[in-house]
Amino acid sequence: MLRGKQTWKFDNRPVLIGAATVVGPDEGDGPLAAEFDLVHPELDMQQKSWEKAERLLLEQASEFALNNARIEKEQLQFYVGGDLMNQIISNSFAARGLGVPNIGVFGACSTSMESLAIASLMVNSGAAQYVLAGTCSHNCTAEKQFRYPTEYGSQKPPTAQYTVTGAGAVVVAAAGDGPVVEYATIGKVVDLGIKDPFNMGAAMAPAAVDTIQAHFNDTGRTPKDYDLIVTGDLASVGHPLAKELLIRDGVPMNETTFKDCGLMVYDVERQKVQAGGSGCGCSAVVTYGHLLKKIAKGELKRVLVVATGALLSPLSFQQGESIPCIAHAVAISGGKE
Amino acid sequence: MQFLWAFVVGGAICVIGQLLFDVVKLTPAHTMSTLVVAGAIIDGLGWYEPLVAFAGAGATVPITSFGNALVHGALTELQNSGWIGVISGIFKVTSAGISAAIIFSFLAALVVRPKG
Amino acid sequence: MAVKSAGGGKYRKMSMSPKEYQAFAKTREPSRSVFGNCIRAFIVGGAICVLGQAIQQLFIHLAHMKPEDASNPTVAVLIILSVILTSLGIYDKIAQFAGAGSAVPVTGFANSMCSAALEHRSEGLVLGVGGNMFKLAGSVVVFGTVAAFFVGIAHLIFGTGGAH
Repeated sequence: MLRGKQTWKFDNRPVLIGAATVVGPDEGDGPLAAEFDLVHPELDMQQKSWEKAERLLLEQASEFALNNARIEKEQLQFYVGGDLMNQIISNSFAARGLGVPNIGVFGACSTSMESLAIASLMVNSGAAQYVLAGTCSHNCTAEKQFRYPTEYGSQKPPTAQYTVTGAGAVVVAAAGDGPVVEYATIGKVVDLGIKDPFNMGAAMAPAAVDTIQAHFNDTGRTPKDYDLIVTGDLASVGHPLAKELLIRDGVPMNETTFKDCGLMVYDVERQKVQAGGSGCGCSAVVTYGHLLKKIAKGELKRVLVVATGALLSPLSFQQGESIPCIAHAVAISGGKE
Repeated sequence: MQFLWAFVVGGAICVIGQLLFDVVKLTPAHTMSTLVVAGAIIDGLGWYEPLVAFAGAGATVPITSFGNALVHGALTELQNSGWIGVISGIFKVTSAGISAAIIFSFLAALVVRPKG
Repeated sequence: MAVKSAGGGKYRKMSMSPKEYQAFAKTREPSRSVFGNCIRAFIVGGAICVLGQAIQQLFIHLAHMKPEDASNPTVAVLIILSVILTSLGIYDKIAQFAGAGSAVPVTGFANSMCSAALEHRSEGLVLGVGGNMFKLAGSVVVFGTVAAFFVGIAHLIFGTGGAH
């Protein structure tokens, strides 16, 4: 199953039998609004705190994913999840409600593919029959924890990104109908010394490049084997950087469609989101809400989702450290070949 | 006439703040701390009061005047009570601002929730 | 497990050093519109000061206060206005436009305290509101106080004794 240095090939072809996404008002105002299972009209979702609202997103996404997969939560062996909050509390409280054995992971904004990779590994190796992988983020909890109180009047620079309020969950199964997970490439932590937390795109681009190159080297594939390669949240600053770095190193990215979830989830021209979307929810809602549907319809045959994460903490930034980043890639196909 | 200078001087101090944001790339906390210390030093040199007389609210509204007021408190008390005044007088003049901010922020937190 | 040979061709690993990458990233960074930001900061900041001037004149003429005495209630009124705008969720929208124009006046100070208080209400009044209110404004108070102390000491040493 191991291919090359850091890639798993899933010969037993785990299937994504059901997925769901739940988002907030800004995402419901974006170009993919019709693809989400539920759009909340208000950021607080009638909860007493932002943190409770984020938890609700993940709980709902998990419930809808199980419904779409047509299985009961008692049939799940494991739930792999994570989020941006300290001690990944959104994941833990959602897991408490699910009552399913839980593996909590932290990959910052790369959690969606990190959790999907682990879930696929478990199913592929026979360690489980059904595994739920899920993640979430909320604009206000992220601002409160990493940056400033939400009503604080700070002027965001054009390189800043807007954390997606959204949760995505998917059920991975050993058999069934749906898109198939073919490969997962686990990323290394890459840090080229960018220190500015308001320019995460530039910080994360090298990690995406590293993982994409590793994926091609390990699998023997090339960009044109994929209809679409998406990064998680490099957005309008990081995505061109990554593309340029890849092309400079001889990876022919022009032979495929190379997009970014942070630029797909919002209308960057119209909505006030500075450089674009970010957060665990960003790659999760775009992948599980939009891309999987396109694959199921046959409009996309094979997709590589490269979720990117910035592994800083508010404290590490205050102590003058740079931002270590990571990217995890999962190859998903329509399963017809 | 002082209205015009209030606008110009106040605006100019804000432009200095904006340059600290955009060119020096300081965080808001660093910028405000810098401006407060600048206000304190300028008042220590005796130059802030003339600015207040000239520009009125253009000098008293920006955060630099907070530094000015802290130094005022210290120096007035130094004159009245001797060396201990340097410590005991600092908050005398600014009490209105800080107290108002604390009290009204607290009251707001009792009735209002953040909108995001 | 056998390493599958890369039929598609091996891509060389990213070749830039940290320093090279940082310089490269800097050239691709969208520039801030410094001039536009400064104009907006000037206009909004100036306007807030003019508002303060007007309020001060009201206190002087209507309440018959001396100018030195009028500045305290003027600041208090501006602070209340800022707390109201923060509570209505308007202040942060103004700030994205005005930048330092809304952050530098004392209204920005009040906004930093009020926004922190509102945000942490969910952690309770004592630990949340009380414990976090000075999260952003604390630096200003600390540095102002320390600076005033040293200025006072300097006057004490040089014997200028606070002549104001």
